[in-house]
Amino acid sequence: MTATTTAPRAATPVRIQGTPNARLRAWATRAPLLPALIFMIAVTQLPFVATLVISFFDWNSLYPDARAFAGFANYSEVLTDPDLRRSVWTTILLTVAVVLASLVLGLGLALLLDRRFRGRGIVRTLLIAPFLVVPVAAALLWKHVLYNPEYGLFNGLLHYVGGPQPDWISDTPLLAVEASLVWQWTPFMMLILLAGLQSRDQQQIEAARVDGASDWQIFRHLTLPHLRRYLELGALLGSIYIVQNFDAVFTITSGGLGTANLPYTVYQTFYQAHENGLASAAGVLVVIGSIIIATFALRVVSSLFREEVGRS
Amino acid sequence: MRPTAVKHKGIGLGVAAWLLGLLFFLPIAWMVLTSLHSEPDAATNPPSWAASLTLDGYREFFGVGGGASPWPALINSTVASLASTLLVLLLAFPAAYALSIRPVKKWTDVLFFFLSTKMLPVVAGLLPLYLFAKNTGLLDNIWLLVVLYTSMNLPIAVWMMQSFLAEVPVAVIEAAHLDGARLPTVLARVVAPIAAPGIAATALICFIFSWNELLFARVLTGVVAETAPVFLTGFITSQGLFLAKVCAASLVISLPVLAAGFAAQDKLVQGLSLGAVK
Repeated sequence: MTATTTAPRAATPVRIQGTPNARLRAWATRAPLLPALIFMIAVTQLPFVATLVISFFDWNSLYPDARAFAGFANYSEVLTDPDLRRSVWTTILLTVAVVLASLVLGLGLALLLDRRFRGRGIVRTLLIAPFLVVPVAAALLWKHVLYNPEYGLFNGLLHYVGGPQPDWISDTPLLAVEASLVWQWTPFMMLILLAGLQSRDQQQIEAARVDGASDWQIFRHLTLPHLRRYLELGALLGSIYIVQNFDAVFTITSGGLGTANLPYTVYQTFYQAHENGLASAAGVLVVIGSIIIATFALRVVSSLFREEVGRS
Repeated sequence: MRPTAVKHKGIGLGVAAWLLGLLFFLPIAWMVLTSLHSEPDAATNPPSWAASLTLDGYREFFGVGGGASPWPALINSTVASLASTLLVLLLAFPAAYALSIRPVKKWTDVLFFFLSTKMLPVVAGLLPLYLFAKNTGLLDNIWLLVVLYTSMNLPIAVWMMQSFLAEVPVAVIEAAHLDGARLPTVLARVVAPIAAPGIAATALICFIFSWNELLFARVLTGVVAETAPVFLTGFITSQGLFLAKVCAASLVISLPVLAAGFAAQDKLVQGLSLGAVK
């Protein structure tokens, strides 16, 4: 990186002209980056600053005249509100459960699909399908077509074996949301892990096998270490999307029965309760939580991309 | 004896893979079957496997028997997804070039900034965006969604393209520069063709995410700019009477994503893993 950028400059014979020239060149290098950077700052950072400002006001949009500076009142209300505290817990539970379950299932499926068998391409296509259904459509499918206690497929199948006929969504609401998300995200994890499996060093595995290593030993000492960065990548990307999940919670339970996560709660606070200040404070707290997670996660990513950083 | 044992195990695992594949696909297969049943046949317990097939669910969905037509929503989704994908590519391509081929100083910091915006929850900026849209008359305007979808996908696109462009040989680019080509020409004539598969993967993923998006569309659109997922939310509280229609609607609206995803399975893997998986 440094070699390529400094070498031509060192070759320039006249040093006095070199300074403005180098500055010009530096700007020419940066210029292609600027439109994207400026766009991102304008569209994502400015609204957040506005959210920050609004969070210090007592502002219900139904009573716009009563708007007043409130200091940290919204924050203390958010932090002491049992519903909101519960939605923090729900968000954590939902994210951790879905990411872990879909990673484990995805790993199992990837290991199966890594082997040669008849119709492997078809099975892979079947398995990818859940990830390619529009999330609202997938949530509707689970809510009406699978979970419905009267005519849903699950109870229909249970009917054949004379099993119970539970009302899935009322009996286990959070699990119902999680199951639908695991179904959607397992294929994603499988795809990433399958790519990881297929990039293994086959010669190394053969050598280990010749040396008498068992399947389990090969998996434990060769495959799993190799898969580590792929597992981390899957967990990180999965977390980013599932922490922010709105579609499944909104569609399957409408946030009821203790399934309201933070995105849904913030949406409801301003869209239905019209409490702009309160919603903003909750939003800011979500961001602070995300920054804590992101700081940790980015360290994982930076280790992921260390090889590429070394490249240039 | 040992090879036969291994072979048996191999067949067993193949069968297991098939069973799991079919199990994961079962809800979708059931959705297809339900969409082809009449409403009374769709809502039975036990399930009606052999009931006669009909396209009534699809006719109902397209508003043939009265009810809202889904076409405006489908057109809005198409416009919003295609336009924002195009905008993302126009912004991300030069940025990725600056970050991969002629790296600016502290380029990893810039990359991390892009990815960190992805971790800023959507809800954190939703209210100001809503108020802004309301005060400027941009509420229920599809072009506002185009801008927001662009900001939603741009970080991922920059990350992905950065790793795809890093594979373009620097020597080829320098040769083009030495021949006197200017940067836009080099980008369009030299870099873009080599990185075309990667750019296609990026475009595909941006299209899918835009097409699927619900929260922005739900809050910022209404009657005129309603997108397909918002149209689907109309079915959230519908009861068994409309089961075939719900399934037909879900399938039709998922069709562009299903088709694109099946057609480009390998590209999808590479793209979704931000190019880290090669």
